[in-house]
Amino acid sequence: MTGLLLGAWRFRHYILSAIRADFAARVSRSRLGVLWIVIAPMTQVAIYAVVLSAIMSARLPGIDSPFAYAIYLLSGFAAWTLFAELFGRGTTLFLENANALRKIVFPRIALPVILLGSCLVNNLVLVAAVLVAYLLLGHGWSASLLWLPVLVAVNAALALALGTIAGVLNVFMRDVGQIVPLLLQLGFWFTPVVYMETILPEPVRAVLALNPMYWVVRGYHDALAYGRMPDLAMLALIGVIALVLLAFALLLFRRASADMVDVL
Amino acid sequence: MNGTVLNVEGVGKAFRRYRSELSRVLTWFGMHAAPKEESWILRDVGFCVEHGEAVAIVGRNGAGKSTLLKIVTGTMRPTTGRVALSGRVAAILELGMGFDPELDARTNAYHVGGLMGYTRAQMDEVMPLIEGFAEVGSYFDKPMRLMSSGMQMRVAFSVATAHRPDVLIVDEALSVGDAYFQHKSMDRIREFRHAGTSLIFVSHDPSAVLALCDRAVLLDGGRVVMDGEPAAVLDLYNALISPEEARPELPSAPTGPAGIVRSGSGEATVVALGFVDENGLPVDALRTGEPACLKVEVRVNRDVEVLVFGFAIRDRVGQTLYGTNTFYSEQAIERPRVGARYRFLVRFKTVLAAGSYSVTTALVSGANHTDANYEWRDHALVFEVIDLTPTRFHGPLYMPATIEVA
Repeated sequence: MTGLLLGAWRFRHYILSAIRADFAARVSRSRLGVLWIVIAPMTQVAIYAVVLSAIMSARLPGIDSPFAYAIYLLSGFAAWTLFAELFGRGTTLFLENANALRKIVFPRIALPVILLGSCLVNNLVLVAAVLVAYLLLGHGWSASLLWLPVLVAVNAALALALGTIAGVLNVFMRDVGQIVPLLLQLGFWFTPVVYMETILPEPVRAVLALNPMYWVVRGYHDALAYGRMPDLAMLALIGVIALVLLAFALLLFRRASADMVDVL
Repeated sequence: MNGTVLNVEGVGKAFRRYRSELSRVLTWFGMHAAPKEESWILRDVGFCVEHGEAVAIVGRNGAGKSTLLKIVTGTMRPTTGRVALSGRVAAILELGMGFDPELDARTNAYHVGGLMGYTRAQMDEVMPLIEGFAEVGSYFDKPMRLMSSGMQMRVAFSVATAHRPDVLIVDEALSVGDAYFQHKSMDRIREFRHAGTSLIFVSHDPSAVLALCDRAVLLDGGRVVMDGEPAAVLDLYNALISPEEARPELPSAPTGPAGIVRSGSGEATVVALGFVDENGLPVDALRTGEPACLKVEVRVNRDVEVLVFGFAIRDRVGQTLYGTNTFYSEQAIERPRVGARYRFLVRFKTVLAAGSYSVTTALVSGANHTDANYEWRDHALVFEVIDLTPTRFHGPLYMPATIEVA
């Protein structure tokens, strides 16, 4: 396993330049460039805010603002967008790079690392936009923002592990590529991003607690929207789960890589 | 540095299919699941490459060349056996891999250099060389998508060969691009060879194999059939390709802008043709200055008074270089039997310079095809001439001259 990571380190120049290239490719030929990273999630936020604001605002006691629901949405989307992008792009990662995997010798671990870097850069842009939006909506920044890097780390580790597992399996069983988008959609509604858990009946909330993303998104809500410290115990638990999944993903990746090029 | 740079030992490769892919996944974790189907692409392949040696890998399509190359390069793992490769390796399995069309050539050079494991500083050093070799002028700082495919190939090749490797592995990547580029890339490979780089070269092109390689390994059906002198290996390779397979079908319908390829009333037809060596085995290419023999088989379909066979050799632009027939040589066949097959062996000395040529055949009743044209085939056979003569010469014709210096 150290060999894998050492390989990634030797190719750090390539990894960095690939992340840069990925970002540049998004930005270079479109007029709005980097704004497109922000526009898609922001549009969704705007739609939900307009449609559901009247129903939801009343139920947000923690935030003292007429834009309470929008503030709540923004923090949830900052979390979910990163998770969905990493998980989704991870699923097709190896198939999309099939030709390179067949024809070039390089540490294959570089591919998920590049994906992680590229998604983190995108997420950084989105989070910056969310923070600007908070200022515009009159919602100040609080010291709890400092927990954000921890939240991002847990979120990214979880999504990267799931994405890599799905990506490896998808090479062999293409059904995985069909299932993951469905799972993501289901997951989105099983996570309180556009609604508050308080609108759910008690038994359903118990089920929600089994979803690790529930805890991650709750952490984002605490740190960004409510300005309070996230539930560190739960966050630590999810972090451990993410690390275990990540270790499993690496193991799966290593065992599969001998067969991978055969079927690509 | 001396000794063996590549050692391939007992390499076998099986592609396995499982009843369900789930059982494949379970095998990674120690579960035993017998594959439903195993197809062996390579079996017990072994050879080595010494320092500074150039070895060609030849074989028919499906012989396992590409799989072997992937295993040697390291993108694919062998099922059995092992591969030991030492020194810095550069593999060009496909030109242009890893390039991003949105980025300019310079950025791409750094990027792909990184993919080959070079640092930015190492790429800084060779950047002027890359730019100079690619010869794309101001396009070097424009997005790659604006370049013609030929220019992209040049950039890709100059990046791939910017640093001299200890072992260079080249798939048929070089058979693309314009003639100028091909010459340039061949020159660079030769330069590397002089400097001590070992070469592993996969090609269908006999002239390139003869010109570049010291040794050739012939693969057939996933096994090494022969390992030795390139000329001898190529002879066996030519013999392996049956005439039907080498030239899958004679052109039978009008094709291409050249007009009608085949015409005639059909009383007699050419059923097979090809070049053969002195033992009657088919050969793929002719060599300048060497004797050649064209073997043509003709079937008589209907009753005719007289059958005249004629042939002509044309160059690649369609100019007839030489042609004659059995009327001129007074060998016309009177009243051939219906259903009979006649074999014509045309022997000549190859006085042609290296290049691509074609054979036209004619089955007629007299001196020219206006009398009665049974069958006329343009481009009945396209062949290559390879020049291995010791003294260089210019021009289309080989008329070995000696110069006396007084």
